[in-house]
This record gives sequence, C-alpha cells and structure tokens, in this order.
Amino acid sequence: MSGVRRDNVERRLFGVLRPVIIVLLLVVCLFPFYYMALLSFRPLDAVLQDPGALWPQAGEIDLGTYRDVLTSTANGGQGFLTFIRNSAIVAIGTVVLTLLVAIPGAYAVSRLDFFGRRQISAVFLGVYFFPAILLAIPLFVFFTRIGQRGTLSGLVVVYVAQVAAVSIYMLRNYFDTIPPSLEEAAAIDGCTRLQAMRHISLPLALPAIASNALFVFMIAWNEFLFALLFLVENRSKWTVSLGLSQLAGSIEVPTTVLMAGSVILTVPIIVLFFLSERWLAGGLTAGAEKG
Amino acid sequence: MRAPEPGRQDHRSRRPGPARSARVREDRRAGYLLISPTAVIVFVMVVLPILWTVSLAFQDVRLLNLRTTGVVGAYSLDNFRAVLTSPGFLDALVTTLVYSVFGTACAIGVGVVAALALRAPFRGRGLVRACMLIPYVAPVVAATFVWTTMLNPQFGVVNHYGTTLLGWNDPIAFLSSAESASPFGIDLHVSTALLTVVLFEGWRSFPFAFLFITARIQAIPESLEEAARVDGATPTQRFRHIVLPQLLPTLAVLTVLRFIWTFNNFDDIYLLTGGGSGTQVVAVRVYDYLINRGDIGAAAAQALVLAAILAVLVTVYLKLFGRSEEVG
Repeated sequence: MSGVRRDNVERRLFGVLRPVIIVLLLVVCLFPFYYMALLSFRPLDAVLQDPGALWPQAGEIDLGTYRDVLTSTANGGQGFLTFIRNSAIVAIGTVVLTLLVAIPGAYAVSRLDFFGRRQISAVFLGVYFFPAILLAIPLFVFFTRIGQRGTLSGLVVVYVAQVAAVSIYMLRNYFDTIPPSLEEAAAIDGCTRLQAMRHISLPLALPAIASNALFVFMIAWNEFLFALLFLVENRSKWTVSLGLSQLAGSIEVPTTVLMAGSVILTVPIIVLFFLSERWLAGGLTAGAEKG
Repeated sequence: MRAPEPGRQDHRSRRPGPARSARVREDRRAGYLLISPTAVIVFVMVVLPILWTVSLAFQDVRLLNLRTTGVVGAYSLDNFRAVLTSPGFLDALVTTLVYSVFGTACAIGVGVVAALALRAPFRGRGLVRACMLIPYVAPVVAATFVWTTMLNPQFGVVNHYGTTLLGWNDPIAFLSSAESASPFGIDLHVSTALLTVVLFEGWRSFPFAFLFITARIQAIPESLEEAARVDGATPTQRFRHIVLPQLLPTLAVLTVLRFIWTFNNFDDIYLLTGGGSGTQVVAVRVYDYLINRGDIGAAAAQALVLAAILAVLVTVYLKLFGRSEEVG
C-alpha cells in the first residue's frame, strides 16, 4: 500500500518538477544570448543608468552600435568587416581543404582493405587527447621560423590538421552505411575503384558531407587559441573571435558596441546550427546508443 | 549437411583468381593513395610538433634566441627542474584538478537531469532540445564576453538583481575575487572566481553530455520499464534500477572525454579571468611562459608534464573502471 502512495507522491512531484526544470534550463541556456542581443540594441548610458532592464525601453533601440562596430578603423569604427572577411576566408578555406583530404581518407578507411587501416583512425583520434596548448608551442615556433606566422593560410593548415581526424571519423560512419553492393555492380560494369567512388558513393554521401562541412566551418569560425597565437600582432589579420577578445580588454570601446560584435560573431553559428542540427546530432553520437 | 563441393566453393568467389588479387592490389594502392594526404598533414602538423615539444622541453629555448636554436642542441633537465620547483606550479596543478573534476561533474550532472526532463515527448520538444545545445556550439569568445558583462559588478544584470532582489549587501566580483566562496554560508575553500569558471564550464559543456545521454536513453527498450512499472516500481526506483545501469557505460565514456577536454582547456579561463584570482590552470600558465616570459623551453616542459599527468589519471581511471565493469 505504501508503495502505491510513494508512487503517487513521486509521480505528482516529478509532474511538477519536470516543467519547472525544463523552463529553468531554457532560461539558463538562452538568457545570455538574449542579453547579448538586448545590450547590442541599447545605448551605453541607458545600460549604465538602468542595468536591470530586461527589454529595451520605448524609443531606445539604437542600431548605431552595429554601424560603429562594422565601420573600418580608418573611419573611426572597429573594423569588424575586415574581421568577418578574415574569419570567412579561414573558415571556408578550412572546410574546402578538410573535405579534400577527409573525403578520400574516410572512403579509404571505410572501404578499402589496406595495411594499418584499423590502426590509422585510432592514431588520428588519439592525437585529439593532447592539450592544444602543447601543440601550440612547436607550431608557434615553427611558423615563426618559416615566417608564416601572421598569415591566414598558416592558420588554415593548422586547423585542417586539427579537424581532419574527426572529419574522417564522421564521414567513415556514413560510408559504412552505403551498401558495397552498389559499387560492386559498378565494378562489374567496368568502373575502377576511384570511378565507382566518384559516381556512386560520393553522391550518396552528400548529406553527410554537407553536415560535416558545416561542422568544420563552425569549429574554424569559433577557434580562438591558434588565432591568438598566430595573428595577434597584426590587427588587419584578426578574426572576429580574436578581434572581439582583444577589444574586450580595452576601455575605449563601449560594451554595447562589442555586444554588437558578439551578435555578429554568434549569429552565423546559430543559423548554421539550426540548419544542420538534425544531421549533426546524429553524426556526433553515431554508435553512442550501442553503449 | 553435405560437405561443400570443391566446384561450389569456386563458384562463390565472383571473379577468377588472378583478377581478384589484382582487385585486392588495386584496393590497397588506392587505399594508401587516398589516405596519404590526411596522413601527411596530421603527421607534419600534429605528430611531429608533439615530438618537437619533447625536444624543446629539454633545451634552453627563448623567444629571443629562437632563430639560432636547432633540433640538435644542448639537452638538459633544467626546464623540468625549474618548472617543477617554481612557485605556483603545484597550485596551478591543484586548480586544474579542481576545475576539471567539478566542471566535469557539473556538466554530466546537469546533462543527466536535462536528458531525463526531456525524455517524455511533448509539443516542441525538438526545438527545446536544439536550444539546449546552443551554449555548446556558440563561439567561446562571445559566450565568455557575455558572461563577463552579465557578472560585471558595476552594470551587470546578475549583480543588479542580486543586490536589489536577493538582498546582497555588495555586488560580487565573480571573476576577480580570490576570496573563498561561501554561498549560503558554506565555505567551499575555493575562490569565487574558480567557482564561477567551474559553473561556466558546466553551462557550456552540459549540452554535450545531454546529447549523448539522450541518444542512449532513447535506445533503452521500453518493455524493461513497462515491466518494472507493472511490478509497482516508482519513478525513482525505475531510474535507480533500470535507467541508471543502462546509462553507466555512456556516463563512464563521457566522464573520460569531458575530463580530458576540461583538463586541457585554455580558452574559457583565459577569456574569463586571464588566469587571475586563483584560477590559473596549467594550460594558462603554459601560455604565460610562452608569450609573456618568452621561455619556450619551460613552457614545453610544463605542457609535457600536463600531458603526462593527464595520461596517468586517465589510465588509472580506465583500469579502475574496466575492473568494476568486469565485476558488475
């Protein structure tokens, strides 16, 4: 009898707790981003006078922060347009190069029987567990010595090396689900391996490749440590992340203007995330349900 | 059962012998060809640098004499001796451990709660789930900047409501106070700033745990719980005896992954506190030696010590966990 009562109490308790927890988690997750957008629209003196306002007062909305943050430094702004361009070059460059090396690599690891193919993915992933700061030291020294520190292309090469392994891992999982019999049919029709790969498996893997591209783009766009080490001396080479972090320390730039910068940094990622969320979540946790 | 006839076995392989082995050879060659670009770039940009760090750690290399040092130089243990005995290294190590243990626990704890709360379907659950992942995918620089602003003692929204609604006497300098944190009068023996960065780590990383736990929970067969329900098990009993045992392997893997990544984390603490007020973890200290002091050798030695300690901790954990798995 007491078991039934306990069951009832618990059911009622969790019935109340569940929505409370969900709302609480949503607020905790989303409020910082709402606050970011809010501050970017409010003038600085209004924020200082009324720091607790949770929505903009009537007639208070001010888009001047965005103008200020995007205008070039020559015209008295913060030059975020240049940062956006740099971030875009780095992120797109990383995506293109990563796919160029990772698609063939993933295909090979998934399909072709060659010596060491099992070990190679383990080695690639093992590398992931080294601290980034450990890699940063020799790369910093190396790129300084060959005079390539401070170039966007140097950064791209470093990023590709960092994401190639996980990219191969995600793509391989997808290639594994494409039945080999499709390619065997093509082989009987006289296709070589590489032709079969190009004409049969690649088109089928396009959704996975697209989600992988978005994933890599997001990593490269968000990256901070290597951008800091490689590009900090030259403002015209700063990425959005680096620019925001460098200007955040200075007193001359109003917080509201930098909030506009944060919104500019965050919005592309949130948009890409919602576009790719379904694929990404699946790709990352593939195999997790097996325990 | 009949023994297979020789003729049938031949039939099973589709192509005659020589052509088939040509195919195998072609595959092997294609395999090496396709994997080599990745192998080269990972080798040159990851494996070699790791080896080079080892070499640097045993040499006296500074930013100033960088251009004149070669791979072959005067090797000594001086860096390790200097680093291990330097004031602050042990503190940084303890801080790193506290940060990783509590950050990991926080992330996984909240992840479990979130996954359970969102287990039963409701309208808009997909959207809510996606929203829960935003802290994890958002750029770290933007996330830390907005947290710094929210926690600002002068005009931050947290301190505003803390002083006006919650009755705090003074605004709290969340990110620059080295005083021991004592929420609700309980002294935690951890600086306020360290507690804040741990909470930030929990906020930022719980979505990762949430994602994996959700995937695992969905794979638990419904019949198991249905049977327990029929037998009169209450929700907490069903969690304790049905769901949790199914989750344990996933939680174990998550613990290792989150611990490794938190242990190695540089960005979050560097951006939130710069390593001040009792939050200097080893990764931030390595950066300080590399850039501010220009002492590359000492930086490399510390990074190696960091990696070595991590390797030992993970090995011990896997040993312990592997054993308990066998017993259970």
